[in-house]
Amino acid sequence: MKTPKELRYAKTDEWIKVEGDEGTIGISDYAQDQLSDVVYVELMVEEGDSVSKGDTLATVESVKAAADVNFPASGTIIAINEDLADAPEILNSDPYEAGWMVKIKLDDPSEVDDLFDADAYEAYNQEREG
Amino acid sequence: MFTPHTPQEIEEMLKVIGVDSVEDLFAKVPEKYRFPDLDLPEAMTEMEIAQELNEISSANATTDDFISFLGAGAYRHYIPAAVDMILRRGEFYTAYTPYQPEVSQGTLQAIFEFQSLMTELTGMDVSNASHYDGATAAAEAANLAYHFFRGKRKKILVSRSVNPQYRETIRTYMQGLENVKVLGDDINDEKLSELEAFLAQIDNDTALVVVQYPDFFGRIIDYTKLVEIAHTQGALVAFAFNPTALGILKPPGEFDADIAVGDGQPLGIPLSFGGPYLGIFTIKDKFVRKLAGRLVGETVDTEGKRAYVLTLTAREQHIRREKSTSNICTNQGLMALAATVYLSVLGKNGFKQVSNLCYQKAHYAAEQISALEGFELAFPDQAFFHEFVIKTPQPVNEINLHLQDHWFLGGYDLAHDYPELENHMLIAVTEMISKQDIDDFVAVLAEVTND
Repeated sequence: MKTPKELRYAKTDEWIKVEGDEGTIGISDYAQDQLSDVVYVELMVEEGDSVSKGDTLATVESVKAAADVNFPASGTIIAINEDLADAPEILNSDPYEAGWMVKIKLDDPSEVDDLFDADAYEAYNQEREG
Repeated sequence: MFTPHTPQEIEEMLKVIGVDSVEDLFAKVPEKYRFPDLDLPEAMTEMEIAQELNEISSANATTDDFISFLGAGAYRHYIPAAVDMILRRGEFYTAYTPYQPEVSQGTLQAIFEFQSLMTELTGMDVSNASHYDGATAAAEAANLAYHFFRGKRKKILVSRSVNPQYRETIRTYMQGLENVKVLGDDINDEKLSELEAFLAQIDNDTALVVVQYPDFFGRIIDYTKLVEIAHTQGALVAFAFNPTALGILKPPGEFDADIAVGDGQPLGIPLSFGGPYLGIFTIKDKFVRKLAGRLVGETVDTEGKRAYVLTLTAREQHIRREKSTSNICTNQGLMALAATVYLSVLGKNGFKQVSNLCYQKAHYAAEQISALEGFELAFPDQAFFHEFVIKTPQPVNEINLHLQDHWFLGGYDLAHDYPELENHMLIAVTEMISKQDIDDFVAVLAEVTND
C-alpha cells in the first residue's frame, strides 16, 4: 500500500496535496483497495462552489459498496477531474496522480495541519487492520 | 385464548415489571372496556362458514355484473386465460425478488423481459423492475429529479390534469424533503386556455414537470412545446402514461421525455378492488445512477452461457443507505409478470388492435352521448383516447344511481376532485364494451333527461 510522504490524510481516507494556497484532493490507496473495483464516481460539486471541511465531495460507487468522499479542508473549487466520469477505474489504478478528484483554493492552508501525516496515517491503517 | 407462556413465566414477568396480576397491566383502560364480554354466535363448521360467507358476498356486485363505463385510472380490459395460468405456476407465484436472486434465473429472466417490453412500449432507454403502482412511480419520478439536481432545484411542477391520486402521492413523498415545493394545483391548466400560465411557471429552479398522457380527462395533448421549454430551463420532464394508449400513440421517448411512468394495471391485471397494481418506471440512459428499484441485466456465466443478474445495485438503499434516491427497492414482481405475459400473448399487432378498439369505441360512444339533449362534450375540439368528459344535465351521482338500476356503471364524477367541474362525467370505454352496450347505455341516459 502506497502512502506518499508529501501528502496529508484524513481519518475518512481522503488525501490532500498542498501547494501554496492550492490543495489537490483524492482518495487514498487504502480507500480504493477497501472499495475494490470502482464503477462510478459522482462528483457533488462544481467549479466555483465554496465548500467547508467535512462537506461531501463525491460518492464513489464500487461493485460492492458506495462511499462518500468528504472535503478534508475548506475552500473554493478551482478544478474538477473530468476524466473520472468516463474512467472511474483510474481511482483504483492511480489514486494519487491520475485519480485526483478536485483542486481547491484553500481558505486557510494551515487547516491541513490537523490531518495525519503519512506515518500517522499508516499507523492508523495498521490499527484498523487489527 | 392461546398464550405461549406458562403460568410460571407469567409470574416471573409480572415480578420483573412489578405488578401483581395481568389485570393490573390494563388498569389504565376504563373498566367498562376491559375484558369485554363478546357476544359471539355459536361456533360453526368450515362448511357452514363457507356457505355464510358466500351468502354475504352474493350481495356484492362487480364489474362482471355491470357494464362499466368507469375508468379514471383503472380500466377493465380482457385478460387472456394464459396470463393467470402462468402467474399461478409455483415457480413464479411470489410477489418478491428472491433474496438470492441469481439462483432464480427464471424470475430474473421474466423481469428482464418485462424491462425490455417497457422500454419498447415507451421508447425510453431503461426500465426498472417496477414499483407499486402508477401513483408511487410518479412520486419516484419526483424523487429522482430531486436527487438528480442534488436538492438544488426546489420546484416540482405537476399539471392539474394529472390523476389527483398521483398528485397526492407526489406530495406525500416530497413532504419530508427540505424546501421542496410541489406546485401546479392552483393553475387550472386543465382548461387548455391556461396552459400558458402553466408553462410560465417552468424556470431554472424547476427540477421536474409532470404531465399525464393521455391526461386525466382522456385528452391527447401535444407536449412538444412543453418539453422544449422545460429543457431550455434545464428541468426534467416526466410523462405519466396509460400503457394501452401507447399501442397507437407516439411514445413518451419520442417527445424527449426524461422519465416516463405509468400504471401497468391495464396490461392483464384485474381491477380487483384497487390493487395490487403495477408501477412502470422508465428513464433515459443518463439517469440510470439515480434510478430507484431493482434492475436486471443480461450477462454470461463462467461457461459463456446467457445469465441474468441484479445489476447496478450500489444505487439501492441497502448499499447506498441514506444517499440512495429512494428507500424502496422492492418490486411488484408478480404483476410485472402478468404484464409481460399479457403483452407477449397479444403480440405487437394484438396490442395495437386493443388500443385501436378502445379508441374507436370511445369515439362512437362520445358521438352518441353528445347527440343526446342536455349532454355535451366538455372539450369538443380536443383529441382523446378512450376516455372523455361529458357535461351532464343533472348531478353525476344522480345519473349514476339511475344507471345502476339498469346494470350500468356510469362514469367518474369529476366534482370529487375538481369543484368547478360539477355535472361533469368522465367516461371510459374499453374493448370490453360492445356497440350494443353503448347503444343501450345511451338509451338509458336518454331516459334520465326525459324523466
